[in-house]
Amino acid sequence: MKTRTWAPYALIAPTLVLMAVFLVYPIASVGWFSLRHHTVTQPWKNGFIGFENFRRMLFEDQLFWQSLVFSAKWVVVEVGLQLVLGLVLALIVNETFVGRGLARSLVFSPWAVSGVLTTGIWILLYNPSTGIFQQLAQWGIGDAGTSVLGNPETVFPATVVTELWRGVPFFAILLLADLQSIPKDLYEAASVDGAGRWRTFVSITLPHLRDAIVLSTLLRAVWEFNNVDLIYTLTGGGPANQTTTLPLYVARKAVDSHDFGYGSALTMAGFVILLFFSILYLRLSKFGSRA
Amino acid sequence: MTQTLTRPATVLDPPPAPPRRKKHRDPSRYFRLHLPLVLYLLFTLIPFYWMVVFAFRPAGSTSLVPWPITFEHFDTVWNGVGFGVFFQNSLIIGVGTLVVVTVFALMGGYALARFKFRGQRVFLLALLCTQFIPGAMMLIPLFVIFKSAGLLNSLTGLVIADTAFQLPLALILMSGFVRNVPVELEEAAMVDGCSRLRAFFAVTLPQLKPAIVAVGSFAFIGAWNNFLFALMFASKQDKFTLPVGLSYALGEFNTDFGALAAGGVIAAVPVVLVFAVVQRFLVQGLSAGAVKG
Repeated sequence: MKTRTWAPYALIAPTLVLMAVFLVYPIASVGWFSLRHHTVTQPWKNGFIGFENFRRMLFEDQLFWQSLVFSAKWVVVEVGLQLVLGLVLALIVNETFVGRGLARSLVFSPWAVSGVLTTGIWILLYNPSTGIFQQLAQWGIGDAGTSVLGNPETVFPATVVTELWRGVPFFAILLLADLQSIPKDLYEAASVDGAGRWRTFVSITLPHLRDAIVLSTLLRAVWEFNNVDLIYTLTGGGPANQTTTLPLYVARKAVDSHDFGYGSALTMAGFVILLFFSILYLRLSKFGSRA
Repeated sequence: MTQTLTRPATVLDPPPAPPRRKKHRDPSRYFRLHLPLVLYLLFTLIPFYWMVVFAFRPAGSTSLVPWPITFEHFDTVWNGVGFGVFFQNSLIIGVGTLVVVTVFALMGGYALARFKFRGQRVFLLALLCTQFIPGAMMLIPLFVIFKSAGLLNSLTGLVIADTAFQLPLALILMSGFVRNVPVELEEAAMVDGCSRLRAFFAVTLPQLKPAIVAVGSFAFIGAWNNFLFALMFASKQDKFTLPVGLSYALGEFNTDFGALAAGGVIAAVPVVLVFAVVQRFLVQGLSAGAVKG
């Protein structure tokens, strides 16, 4: 149905307007703000200061570099574990067994839970007076110890496990969708040829899943890089800024100290990193070959 | 199905019974299938169960079964703390976003799937790129826009912000669904004298019911769960949403875990129910649209 009418433009107009006003214009204005001193609390000091924010960020701000390093660590650990566990979970619920539908609904359900609610649930589990570790210690399993979130040695693994609870279903859902598209006769042929379970997995399943794995990993890496809700509410970036990611740093500049100028400069740094990811994504998703 | 999540007695269901058919009687299945599945189910369900126990057992009790059951914590948060109002705000924002996103996604998705037009490729590219724009990074400029437009502390403002961030992905998903409806059906109706608009409403729209349910539900879940926009743009307590209320509860109820848990149950039940209904579409929808670009 090739056409030269105005119809498609009218149909996408609302989307275009919303994107222009709430996505494109804000990005441009971040660039402008990053060159200014701009705080809500001391508006009389606001003004153009050139690249001063960037100089401060790159050369004086220890926390900026620290947050970048932690962001990288967070993304690598979280996405890596989610991928492995998600793949295993997808393979399990792809098998045929009694109660499979119910099992799928249950193991996928944390996907729908918000970051703040996840925090609430796990704070109840981790709390040092009536939490799960105290309960286990009562039964003689392990040792109650102290608050896992207050202890610098356990705060990272505790945060990682919390986000895994909510994040693994994402990979499991996506990979399950792809698993279901593998033609059954491939497996029958493999079984006729006497291929074992492992051999079948390596030669048929994994190659078929490759594209889905690459793209979901990239999407998830971006998502975990941007993930603020959970860390903001669970640790607040602490103790001692140990769990501060770059977007969390930006959010704290915006929400807590209302330092819009410097926060915008930090945002620009984030955009550069995200730009790299998006180019990679578009290349790998073979965007060009579709049109 | 998911009522089991809020009904503690059945949460720790026994593992799925071993299959009865003969060809499956393979003892290694217990180790590679049932054991990991049960372990993972425990990992998923114990946190939910923990919240439910805290929400329904009397203050001071450490029993692992919420019996005798009490609703005192729900009374505290719903009436005392204002979760009743937060729930209403979240519901308005969730349903509002659902409606706007679904309508615009249908329009745009139809345009992408059924027309070839100049600038289509650029539009699609822009939609894909938005998946990389983080809400957290946009807080500052959006705050300035909202302030000058008088949209701070307004539920409408939050619907607009949530819509802007959810629409691109919803539109991509919807265009995938529209493409799956055979265009011939629509063309046949048009040959029979229907206008394009009538053909759409009479032929294509009924076929899109599952897609509408799926896209709408994701929009609802996304808006219901959004935290940062609500935190930043609605600072008055009568405009708080459930995630914002919960985040304050995390700080203030440091000792009152029962109240925190009850607030959590209130926030969880609607999305978990919606999710149970659309879980199957999620598997189809995401593989059709988003990931394969």
